[in-house]
Amino acid sequence: MFENIRLAFQGIWSHKMRSFLTMLGIIIGIAAIIAIVSTIKGTNDAIKNNLVGSGNNTVDIKISHGGYDYTIDSYSGAPWGIPVVSQETKDEILALDEVENVTTYSSRYGSEGVYYKNTGVDSISILGIDTSYFDTCNYVLKSGRGFSEEDYKLFRKVLIADQVAATNLFADENPLGKTVEISGVPFTVIGLVEERSKFQPEISSIDDYYTYYSSDNTGVLYMPKATWPIVYAYDEPENVVVKATSTDEMTKAGQKAANILNATVTNSDYKYKAADLLGKAGKLQELSNATNMQLVWIAGISLLVGGIGVMNIMLVSVTERTSEIGLKKAIGARKSTILGQFLTEAAVLTSLGGLLGVGAGVGAAQVIHRISDVAVAISVPAAVIAVVFSMFIGIIFGFLPSIQAANLDPIEALRRE
Amino acid sequence: MILKLDHIYKDYIQGKMVVPVLKDVSLHVEEGEYVAIMGPSGSGKSTLMNIVGCLDRPTSGTYELAGENVLGRDDKAMAYIRLNNLGFVFQNFQLLPKQTALDNVCLPLVYAGVKKKERIKRASDALRLVGLEDRMYFKPTQLSGGQKQRVAIARAMVNRPKILLADEPTGALDSKSSTQLMELFDELNQNGVTIIMITHAPEIAAYAKRIVDIFDGEISERDAYTDASGKEGSS
Repeated sequence: MFENIRLAFQGIWSHKMRSFLTMLGIIIGIAAIIAIVSTIKGTNDAIKNNLVGSGNNTVDIKISHGGYDYTIDSYSGAPWGIPVVSQETKDEILALDEVENVTTYSSRYGSEGVYYKNTGVDSISILGIDTSYFDTCNYVLKSGRGFSEEDYKLFRKVLIADQVAATNLFADENPLGKTVEISGVPFTVIGLVEERSKFQPEISSIDDYYTYYSSDNTGVLYMPKATWPIVYAYDEPENVVVKATSTDEMTKAGQKAANILNATVTNSDYKYKAADLLGKAGKLQELSNATNMQLVWIAGISLLVGGIGVMNIMLVSVTERTSEIGLKKAIGARKSTILGQFLTEAAVLTSLGGLLGVGAGVGAAQVIHRISDVAVAISVPAAVIAVVFSMFIGIIFGFLPSIQAANLDPIEALRRE
Repeated sequence: MILKLDHIYKDYIQGKMVVPVLKDVSLHVEEGEYVAIMGPSGSGKSTLMNIVGCLDRPTSGTYELAGENVLGRDDKAMAYIRLNNLGFVFQNFQLLPKQTALDNVCLPLVYAGVKKKERIKRASDALRLVGLEDRMYFKPTQLSGGQKQRVAIARAMVNRPKILLADEPTGALDSKSSTQLMELFDELNQNGVTIIMITHAPEIAAYAKRIVDIFDGEISERDAYTDASGKEGSS
């Protein structure tokens, strides 16, 4: 076997040009597949990043009603049977292996009655948050101060704004110390927050732009959870955010936490539902895979053609080496030995082609990336599979020539000069 | 008796015609004999050699090699016999051009499944035996005709076969190399190797201890010690 491989390399090396041309079909086929797979993987990674965000790993668990997110407004009030999330429930969620942190909040959207200096704003979210919210959701204080223990204990009417809310409300003014009226109750703005690592979606089309940026232009005002009942109700259902230990655990963490929360809900019309961003990403990836897989099939045809080329050259090689084969048989080589020798040669040839193809494919992927800005990511398993696969192509297409070599009549073979 | 062929017939079919090539050939060879088979081209000597060499099967007849019936064996068994009992030397050397002398000699040992270290040792010994210990790493293109044929002999002998089959071994050599080669054959024969050699040159056949003439598919014995170079000139 080892001897065969050595001989095969010797054979390939002594016919450099011919070997290269034989391999060319395989090289092109494998290169095309690697390049396509790289762009698929790059696109998939981009989709995942865009949807899930990078490094945040937070999962929103929201109350849903009939399959849709349920938002409370002041007209319908809070539904019955959904208790405020207790400390015990929080602890239970926090005890999950997949969960790193958990926080709860009450929320209102597009709130009527948010005024600054008698100017109202719509489309603004108001959140009543607990002490771990900013930490869990990866917000940092930009200016001013955060909520203190005192704020919660004394039910202080203080607000923290994000940048969008601050701009919407105060335009160019410094928001710190300003008074904002919410449903007739005056609040003081004490701080400004921003996301620690601003999530940068990869925008490659106008659709992406709408998907990732349209939801971003609503500002948020935060108040201490304790203060919430001054404006709204004390027993409103809360939404939950859990931070998973890793991106891959997000789906699991969300589902497990939702299950714990649902056990406390007695109204069967309502349910806690975890946003399954990973699942959503998966669906989008499937879509992009489906279109790209067709390209892989087309590239596969080039491999087929390459394989036929290998068969062709091997047949020529068998004819050329008739006397060598005859001699080998005369001095005691068995059919299986000759078969093995030629199969090894074909396999080594195409494996080598596969290796070169992987190299060319990686190069091509880089070029595609430079030229068209499509995200690419090299997939190591794909490269390994490509080389193994090209080896099999050699074995399959080398089979006919090898059988022919093995079946040569040694007398015939030796007679030829 | 190491070789026992009895009533061998061999027919070739050419189109619709059956061409008999060997007609009732019987040949018995004792261990340690040195036999030359002489005949013009087309006489059937190559066919006989192929049958003796287990490369071909007769149409009818029996063939025992070292007491064993070799006909009716499958290809695999025939390959095994060729590997272990027979050594071949050809007119045009049949060396692998890309391989060194040592690698060429190693080849039968590879098929015999000998380990690499042992292979090299035995192949070097065989090359030393034919006086080419200083040409081990030369490729065939760097060797003279006589040297090439000696590499071929080393290859034939490296598995220590009982019989050496030589098909016109001097056919491509000048007279000086031919003489040297024949001296080597004598030496091998003195060491107990049975040699069967095909030739059409009487002066080469004269080295053998026994000469068998083959003509038109039939053989006749001749006393080697009488005039070998007399009758039956070259073709």
